[in-house]
Amino acid sequence: MSHSLITQATTAEEDLWSGLKQTYFGDREIRENAEDILSLEAPTRAEDAAIVPISVKSVQPQTAERYIKNIHIIIDKNPMPYSANFHLSPTLGDIDIATRVRVDQYTDMRAIAEMNDGSLHMVSKFVKASGGCSAPAGKDMEAAMARLGKMQIRMREANIGETTQAQVVVSHPNNSGLQFDQKTRGYIPPHYVKEIVIDFADENLITLEAGISISEDPSIRFSFTPQKHGVLKAMVNDSKEMTYSSDKQI
Amino acid sequence: MHLLISFFSFMALSIAFASESQVNRYSVKQVAEGIFYHQGNHEEANAENLGAIANVGFIIGEKCIAVIDSGGSFYEGELLRKSIRQHSDLPICYVINTHVHPDHVLGNAAFTIDKPEFVGHEKLPAAMASRQQHFARQFSEILGDAYKGTKFIEAGTLVQVDSPIKLELGNRPLVLTAYTTAHTDHDLTVYDVNSSTLWTGDLLFVERIPALDGSINGWIDALETLGERDVEMVVPGHGPAFDGKQSKGWQDLLHYLTTVRKEVRDIINDMGTIEEAIASVGTQEADKWKLFEEYHRRNVTAAYVELEWE
Ligand SMILES: [Zn+2]
Repeated sequence: MSHSLITQATTAEEDLWSGLKQTYFGDREIRENAEDILSLEAPTRAEDAAIVPISVKSVQPQTAERYIKNIHIIIDKNPMPYSANFHLSPTLGDIDIATRVRVDQYTDMRAIAEMNDGSLHMVSKFVKASGGCSAPAGKDMEAAMARLGKMQIRMREANIGETTQAQVVVSHPNNSGLQFDQKTRGYIPPHYVKEIVIDFADENLITLEAGISISEDPSIRFSFTPQKHGVLKAMVNDSKEMTYSSDKQI
Repeated sequence: MHLLISFFSFMALSIAFASESQVNRYSVKQVAEGIFYHQGNHEEANAENLGAIANVGFIIGEKCIAVIDSGGSFYEGELLRKSIRQHSDLPICYVINTHVHPDHVLGNAAFTIDKPEFVGHEKLPAAMASRQQHFARQFSEILGDAYKGTKFIEAGTLVQVDSPIKLELGNRPLVLTAYTTAHTDHDLTVYDVNSSTLWTGDLLFVERIPALDGSINGWIDALETLGERDVEMVVPGHGPAFDGKQSKGWQDLLHYLTTVRKEVRDIINDMGTIEEAIASVGTQEADKWKLFEEYHRRNVTAAYVELEWE
């Protein structure tokens, strides 16, 4: 009896994924368990459902001939599962990118590498949402609105030719549009970051197309290797067509 | 088939037994004349403990009764109501919610029969609206039968930050104070003037590790003033009530939060990552707190994303 229950549960998860796969990738083939291409790190248990740090890394060296062009992040059971699409430059070198997402409930989370030849390779991880009082809602909407649009590029002193880590973070409530406002008796209109463009020396390194699963105060941490002096620039567009930017001389 | 039937009836029986032993075990302690509380278990909410993990209770005046936090499930709300009726037949005129966390508000619906005023912080309705869907899904699963009957009831009487209100129970005034963001962005305390008892809600955790769901800076500020107040008795949100002259409860929490804040700041100033902070900050506090493993990393996470904007 318990055996058939387990089988049923697995089928439900698989059904959910096959529907999502069809929606986002159509009939394209996706190779599973592609640990030879990329890795996905996420806590087994989401300590704070509103802020779950995740990271993706390439396993093989990126070359001009063969490199990861996009990484798609899908969180199956979130209200909008398609959570992020990172467009990546081959000049990034090894890929090491971290961000923070909201996790609504126990769910499969997937990172899908799209190679420059168009092939798709997937790794996945099961994440348990924490019990208790943790909710994917923000903690202090007023504080979040007060610093809306503030940005930071955080990094140590960089040396030319050496791999360094940088973090771009923008203060933004990233409202999902799924929250009910008791006063107006309506849903709070969605207001979220749609895109973060990161350029170095006038060349694009990373462009993130983001969905509402990205946490409040969206953050991208990444590695790159500056080969010359130049300006690291981050530009943010949100769903109300507001733009914010910040830069740093290297 | 017979086996199956007896299996299910056995299950039903054991559930009934569990509830009955919970009913018998549910008891309230007197803090001062006319003030009672049920001390929550230091556990995560589950079907067995009926979500009764926070301190909940009531204050009896000459005319009516105020409930302070209604329980972690509809079922706990009913048990609390039964306990009240063992002490007094006066009407229940207020149900005060110190904040929105499920262990404090899920019992609200057990009191609608008394038609009380529901009272909370001015930001309680917004907090409830943005979380109730999530809480409903999570806690109907966690609590099972004990959840049945739960309703999220919007507070009608709201307390503004910086303007405390007085509720009158009949020769028994209560002073309700609303705070700026600390444990949450909508914390409320209740002060019983007659007995000089301060009911802190989750602004104070004793023995159990705190859960940071607001602002670490705000919480530290709030504790620094609250801990200085001259009161006879203190009822924390979790852990035993204590004599107001003792300061250990306040100091332990303040020490935990200031330690986490300092170590997270050090990591941020050194350009360290959130993962590094989660792995190393405050681990020396582990032996001092119940449920450390369940909440500590979450607290560090919340502190990090707040403090990176300093
Ligand atoms: Zn709480």
